[in-house]
Formats: sequence, C-alpha cells, structure tokens
Amino acid sequence: MAEARSRGGFFSGVDTSRHLLGLQGMHPTRIEPFLDLAESYVLLNRSRKTQRDLLRGRTLINLFFEDSTRTRTSFELAGKRLGADVINMSVSTSSVNKGETLLDTAATLNAMRTDLLVVRHAQSGAPALLAQKVEASVINAGDGTHEHPTQALLDALTIRRNCGRLAGLTVAICGDVAHSRVARSNIHLLTAMGSQVRVVGPPTLMPAEIERLGVEVFHDMDKGVAGADVVMMLRLQRERMSGGLVPSAREYFRFFGLDTVRLAKAKPGALVMHPGPMNRGVEIDSQVADHPKQSVIQEQVEMGVAVRMAVLDRLSRAQMDAQRA
Amino acid sequence: MSAILFDRVRLIDPAAGLDRPGRLLVRDGRIAGIDQPAEGAPEGALVIDGQGAVLCPGLVDMRVALGEPGHEYRETIAEAAEAANAGGVTTVASLPNGVPAIDDPALVRLLRTRGEETGRISILPYGAITRGCLGLEMAELGLLREAGAVAFTDGTRAIADARLMRLVLSYARAFGAMVVQHPEDPSLARGGVATEGELATRLGLPGIPAAAEAILVARDVRLAQLTGGALHVAHVSTAETVAVIARAKADGIRVSCDTAPPYFDLNETAIGDFRTYAKLSPPLRPEADRVAIAAALADGTIDAVASDHAPCDPDDKRLPFAQAMAGGVGLSTLLGVTLAQVQDGRIGLARAVALLSTEPARLLGSAAGTLATGASADLCLFDPERAWKVVAGQLPGHAQNTPFDGRALEGRVIGTWKAGRRVFG
Repeated sequence: MAEARSRGGFFSGVDTSRHLLGLQGMHPTRIEPFLDLAESYVLLNRSRKTQRDLLRGRTLINLFFEDSTRTRTSFELAGKRLGADVINMSVSTSSVNKGETLLDTAATLNAMRTDLLVVRHAQSGAPALLAQKVEASVINAGDGTHEHPTQALLDALTIRRNCGRLAGLTVAICGDVAHSRVARSNIHLLTAMGSQVRVVGPPTLMPAEIERLGVEVFHDMDKGVAGADVVMMLRLQRERMSGGLVPSAREYFRFFGLDTVRLAKAKPGALVMHPGPMNRGVEIDSQVADHPKQSVIQEQVEMGVAVRMAVLDRLSRAQMDAQRA
Repeated sequence: MSAILFDRVRLIDPAAGLDRPGRLLVRDGRIAGIDQPAEGAPEGALVIDGQGAVLCPGLVDMRVALGEPGHEYRETIAEAAEAANAGGVTTVASLPNGVPAIDDPALVRLLRTRGEETGRISILPYGAITRGCLGLEMAELGLLREAGAVAFTDGTRAIADARLMRLVLSYARAFGAMVVQHPEDPSLARGGVATEGELATRLGLPGIPAAAEAILVARDVRLAQLTGGALHVAHVSTAETVAVIARAKADGIRVSCDTAPPYFDLNETAIGDFRTYAKLSPPLRPEADRVAIAAALADGTIDAVASDHAPCDPDDKRLPFAQAMAGGVGLSTLLGVTLAQVQDGRIGLARAVALLSTEPARLLGSAAGTLATGASADLCLFDPERAWKVVAGQLPGHAQNTPFDGRALEGRVIGTWKAGRRVFG
C-alpha cells in the first residue's frame, strides 16, 4: 500500500533535467548555474556582443495560450540573441480555438521538430502535460497559479546583483499570493537559497497552509515589510474585487498598497520589485514604482532576457548531450 | 433442471453469521442449500472444486455511474456488466446523472430491463430527486419508486437548498426510500478541484476545503432528525464527516453512509504530478482522513463500500488537471482494494463481505446479498490471496480511468455467477 500511495512524486513521469517546469524542490546547486550564466549574459547583452550561433538551426516556439507581451517578447529576444529560429504561436492564431486539444498541439509540434517549447497557459499543470508528450524541451512561462520559474530566476538575479547575495536576506512578497505563480516560484527559489521569506496580504488572498512552504505569513502590511531587504509586490487582478475576495481597490490600497510611508518601514534602501504589469494606485504607488534608487522594476525586465538566455542555453546543451549519449 | 455443486469452499454469508468451510448447491438458478448433500453430488450436477476459496454472495455495488443513457462512448451497460462481473459484482445501483437524467418512471423501468437483458447484472436504478438533477424542482418520487427506483439521489450533485432537502427527506419517507446525498456544499466547493491545503497550494490548483463535506452532512443529519426521513451519505471521505455521522447514529437519527476504495486506500499525493486519473469527486484527502475512513470501516460507522465507478473517455482525462473530468472506474478493483484492508488486519474477511454485499443490499432493500436457500444464485468465488496488479489499459470492460494504476493487490475473483449462470471466470 505504501508503494501505491507514494507514487506520484512531482513530475515523476517527466525528465526534469530536459525541461524547466518549476522550481519546487530544485537544489541550490542546480539554481546557481542558471544565475551565474545569466550574469555573464547580462554583460554580453550590454556590450551588444551576444553569441549568435549557440542555438543556430534550433527552433524555439513560444506557445502562449494566455496573452503576455512582456514574457513572450523576453523569450523571443533571448532566443534570437542566441541564434534560434523563433516562432510565436498565440492562442488567437492557433487551432486551439478550433477545438484542438493540448495534446493534438503537442503532436503537431513534434512533427515540426521543435527543439525548445516555451509555454504559457492559464491552467496549472498544462506545461507538465505537454512535457509528457513532446520531444522538445519545455520551459514553463507561467501556468495557472502553479509556477513561473523564469520570473523567479530573474528576480533572484536582480536581488543578487543589488544585494550581493540571497542567503540571509528578508524578502516580503506582498499581495495576491493565492493566485500568484510568481509568488510560488519565488518562495521555492528563495527558501532554497537561504532567504527569509515573508508573505503579506489579506487572509482571503493567502493560499491554504502556505506556511508549510517555509514562509512566515503576515496580514498586517506594516509588520510584514518591517525591516525587509526586499519588498516584492504582486499584481492584483480586477476580478478579485468582483469575486468578493477584496471589497474594493481603495480599501486594498489603504491596507496592502505600497506607498512611501510603508516603504519607509522596510530596511533603508530596500529594493522594490514588481513582476509587472503594475496596477498603479491599487497595489503600488507611482512614487514608489518610479523611485530612482529603490525601484528595480526596469532592471527586472533586463535581467529577464539574460535569465531566459541562460535557461535556453543550459537546456539546449542538456538536450545535445542527451542526443550524443 | 441444472445443478451446480460448489465443493471445498469457505462459505461466507454475514447475513446468516456464516463463515466456515462447506459446500453449496445451486439448482435452477437458485440456492438449493448448504452442505446438502453432505457427500457426493446430485446426478448431473456440475461440481466446482473451490480448493478452499471463498464463496460469498455476489457483490452489491451501491454507487455506479453508467454510461447509458447518453454517454455510451464512455461505457455501455454491457461493458459495465463485464467489468462488474470481473470484480464479483452482480448487482449495481445506478446513478441518475444520465442524459436524460433518470427522472421519469419509464427510464427507471428501462434501466431495470436493460440490466436483465445483459443476463449478467441486476441494475437497481436510483431515481433523481429533482427534475434533470438540477436541484430545483422535485421529481415524481412516488411514481419513480413505483417503477422500481431503489432510492433517491441527484447522484454526483448535492442538494444544496436546505428547504428542498427537508421536503425531499419528508416526502420520500412516505414511499419508504432513503435519500442519498453527495456530501459537498456546492458554494464552498465551487471551482475547486483538489482538497484545500499544502498540496493544492503547491500545485496551484483551486482548493475545496475538506470542511465542505462535514458542513453539508451536519446540516442533512439535522434535517433527517427534523423530518424522520432516512438519509444516506455517499462516499464519505473525511475524518470530520465520520465523526458527525457516528454522533448522529448514536443519537438514533436514521443515517447511513458508504465510502469508496480510493478514500481508504489512496491519499491526495496520488495527484502529485497532475495525474488526472486520480482526480475524483470528492477529491482525494490528506493521509489523516484516509486513516479515519479505514478506521470507520472497522468500527461500523461506515455501512458499506461502493465502487463509485465513473467511466471516463481518455479525452475526458487528457487535459490540464482542473479541466479534466472527475471520477475513476472501480467495478473490477472494488473487491481487491477492499481486501487490502483485510490483509492489513484492520477488518476481517466476513466484515469485508458484509460491506460489499450484505449491507448495501440491506440499505437498498434488495433481496441480493445472501446465501439463503431459495435466493437467486448470485455468487462470487474469490481467492483472498491471489496476487495481481492493476494496470490501466488492461482492465475488463471499456473505461480504463483507474486511480489505482500500478497498485499491487492480493485477492482476485475466480468466478462469478448470476442466477446460477457463470458470467466470469
């Protein structure tokens, strides 16, 4: 019976070295090489001397079932800078709208000999389902409320570059944690790297038993950000208001929005982060979002390209090694 | 005149308190007697040497979703009958969630007839509580009962409205039938696909609080008390629900309940990598609940074990977890997974047979589930020690969506007889 019950480790059916589906359970020795490699891509990108042949002849498909100009563009740029042939497939132009199932799509992509498949989907677990069926390396670009691993990697790189380390830092992740894949991936990564992670928000936006992921829960924003090295804000979707989880935008901002007064309670010079797109005046005040010293929101975008280059680089190398062996 | 003599079998008939080695004679499709004759065999009788295997009443599965009418591509009645017989099941109570819903007397008669036509199983249809199982307007319970509905339920859907539930419990009383409730408060469960908690949080799946079950059951128990109606709670899955039911039974309220093998054999980690075959309704629970359900089988709080058989097409399941259909097949694994509780020493073999046959038959007011002389020879012969492995894709019947894929089991059906005719083995 124990055997039957212990079946189903995470992604047990999927080769996790070939794909990047999530960061849960990923050891620091696997996380750090991504960050180190991304660091070198930051320098290359700034010098405009990127390696253009690493992914030459390789096909990268951006398969986006959910709109996201930002993430898609970031992956597109990363792929092109490494020399891959990049194709964007979005839900409005694909046959998914015609009733084709996710697995039909997988079969089509196999026939096209796709090497790297970047997937964004509104359903948790959709990239894992695809990974079971496609020959390409699957990179999760955000699935439902499950994970968004490249976002957490770029956040970690941003923090590491600004603070010099991740271990021992206090990071407050604030807002709609319940519906946030960004929060989950960040929690997995930061706790693995030795940061103290707090999650801050109203109880209706906190997922059940989140403390069991190794974080401290705060429902009082002032206490939650007090002394923090990093304040990471999450986007609040409008439908949370209509869904009755939060009564109104103004009440939300009053208690859980980040303004200069609240930011002053964090450690002096604390970093302000946001995965974007921001709702100014709902979760974050413009003065804070545009703070010339403390806000690193634009830097996050820059790090995004470098991190995705590192991910494409490492996964395609792993793929080539596997093919050789 | 045909006769079958089952020789060298371990006879188990909990209704008669029978559990001993013996022989059983069947004549003309009916049980003709135990240990008669004491030696030898009647002339022309087929002798089946059980070599010590267990012979018990054919199993009575009180919760089965049939693919007919409306979803024949998932599983036809003939295919369900094949799966049932392979699992030792000879009687099934069918849920009313077909297309159309079983909310009309003609449909009840049709299902009964369709069962007889298979020659393999009896179908005891549940009648819908509400028209179309929509939870709004009461169906013609009296006429449904007259046509042969064994009890009333909206099947996979809970009666959410407290007033309607009160009226139904009251009204069904007049026709001597119990009301079977799917125990989940729909407003608390809305949108959820897994039990709320650490695992659902990690997977990013919308959760259903486990309390959604006990909350509805606590309400219904009070309504049963208020009306004097008979309440049956289907597939209980949480420790809290078991406690509510145990208390209600102690208070003398007319309440009974069943559970299904996934709830005492699996826990929520079975969904760990978005395995949709383990997506069930109610969802699989944490280990503490599984342990409580297993304990309640032993202490008698749970009256019966039903398969909760729910055939799905591969296309219903090959989807992202939240979009996949809930439900698992269970007819052919019902006995084997229940016997794991016997091997673990939690219940005796006779108790297992009672949970699978005697008790569900009693709850449904069926004449099945007995080895009494004169009863229809619906029989299950099984070897409680024969090992086998559940493999999705190789199960009898049609639908293959088992949550037990890969589970090693001990205890396998050797033969099944329906009214004296061998239908399996």
